[in-house]
Amino acid sequence: METKDALINYCLRLGDSSLILGQRMAEWCSNGPILEEDIAMTNLSLDLIGQARTMLSYSGVVEGKGRSEDDLAYRREEREFYNTLLSERPNGHFGDTVVRNFLHDAFFYYLYQALKSSKDEMIAAHAAKSIKEVTYHLRHSSEWLVRLGDGTVESHEKVQESLNDLWEYTGDLFEMNEVDEVLIKEGIAVDLQKIKLEWDKTINTVIERSTLTRPEDAYMHSGRLDAMHSEYLGHLIADMQFLQRAYPEAQW
Amino acid sequence: MVNEKHTEKQIWEFLSEIPDPEIPVITITELGVVRKVELSNEKVIITITPTYTGCPAMKLFEDEIIKTLHEKGIETVEINLVYSPAWTTAWMGDIAREKLRKYGIAPPVKGSEDKGILFESGPKVVACPRCKSENTILKSQFGSTACKALYQCETCLEPFDYFKCI
Ligand SMILES: [Zn+2]
Repeated sequence: METKDALINYCLRLGDSSLILGQRMAEWCSNGPILEEDIAMTNLSLDLIGQARTMLSYSGVVEGKGRSEDDLAYRREEREFYNTLLSERPNGHFGDTVVRNFLHDAFFYYLYQALKSSKDEMIAAHAAKSIKEVTYHLRHSSEWLVRLGDGTVESHEKVQESLNDLWEYTGDLFEMNEVDEVLIKEGIAVDLQKIKLEWDKTINTVIERSTLTRPEDAYMHSGRLDAMHSEYLGHLIADMQFLQRAYPEAQW
Repeated sequence: MVNEKHTEKQIWEFLSEIPDPEIPVITITELGVVRKVELSNEKVIITITPTYTGCPAMKLFEDEIIKTLHEKGIETVEINLVYSPAWTTAWMGDIAREKLRKYGIAPPVKGSEDKGILFESGPKVVACPRCKSENTILKSQFGSTACKALYQCETCLEPFDYFKCI
C-alpha cells in the first residue's frame, strides 16, 4: 500500500469519527435536559464538526481529485465512512450520551496527544489544535459520569447499564490494519495499542470515582477499518445528508 | 502593483480596524487571529488562524478582511489559513483584556490554560467584570459562543461570560 493511499484513509478515519460524533451531539440541540447542557452539547458539536472539517479537507487535498470537505461529508455512502462504531451509537438517554462521549473523548484525548508529534505537519497541527478542545470535552463527560454514577440509586443503575451496553464497541477503537502499519513506519500514525494503555488508566480512574464497575472484556464488535457499520449509521447520514441529496449543489 | 501604494504597517493598521463579529469591542488583530501580512507585486497575502476549530466567525473574518482591503484600494487579497501554532488566549494583550472587562466579559486569566483533565484543573479566580468581586462560581464550561464559559458573581448575583483561557 502506498503512503498516499494510507494517508487519505487515515484522515477520513479521524475526520469521520469527529463528524459522526458531532452530528450525534447536534441531535441534542433543543432536546437537552437543562438549558446549560443544551448549550454545552451544541458547543461540543461545533468543535467536533470543526475538527472534522480540517481532516476531511486535508484528505481531499491529499487525494487530489478535487473533492472538498462538503463532498466528502455529504456525498459519500454509508459504506465509505470510516468513523468508529462507538461514535455512531444513538444518543439514547442523557446517561447513554455521557458514557459514549466519555469513552470516545478519552480515546481522542490520548490519540491527539500522541499525534502532536506526527511527522505529517498537517496532522500534527490538527492534533495540537484539537487537544485543547478535547481536553474540556473529556472533563465535561468525566464530571457528568461521576455525578450520575455517584448520584442516586436510579442514576447509578442507568449509567452502569449504559456502560455495559457500550463497552462492546470499545474494542473497535483500537483495531489496526495495513494503513496503520504503513503510516507508523513513516512516523505519521501512532500505535493504537499504546494509546489503549493510557486510555485504560483514565477509564479505570473515572469509573472508580463514579462508583461504577468496569465491564469485563467479552465480545467486541468490529468494522471501522472496513467501513462496516451498525444499522444506525445509515439513518444518521440520511438525516445529515438530506439537504445535499434533495437539493444537489445547494450553497450557503 | 500593491506595494508601491501600501506598506506592511499600513495593512496591519487597516486590519486593526476590523471588529470581531461576535465581540465588537475588540478587533481581529487584538484577538490574535491575524498571524502574518505579506506583500508582493501582485497581491497581499493575509495569514489567519482559527480561534476554535469550529468557530463560525472564521468565514466572516475572511470576508471582512477582503472587503476592508478592497475598500482601501487593494485589489488582490489572498487568505491563507494555518493551524500551527495553535491559537492561544496568551496572544491577547492587556488593552484587549481591559476592553473585554469593560464590555462585561471577564478576560482570560493569564497562565491558566486549560490543560487539566479529570478534575485536575486547579481552582482559578475569575473576578466579576461588574463589581470586581472574586467570589464567583463556574455555572457552565460552555457559554454563548465557543470561546466563553458561564459564571455567576456571588456578591452582585449577576451572571457573566468568561473568555476561556486556552
Ligand atoms: Zn459582581
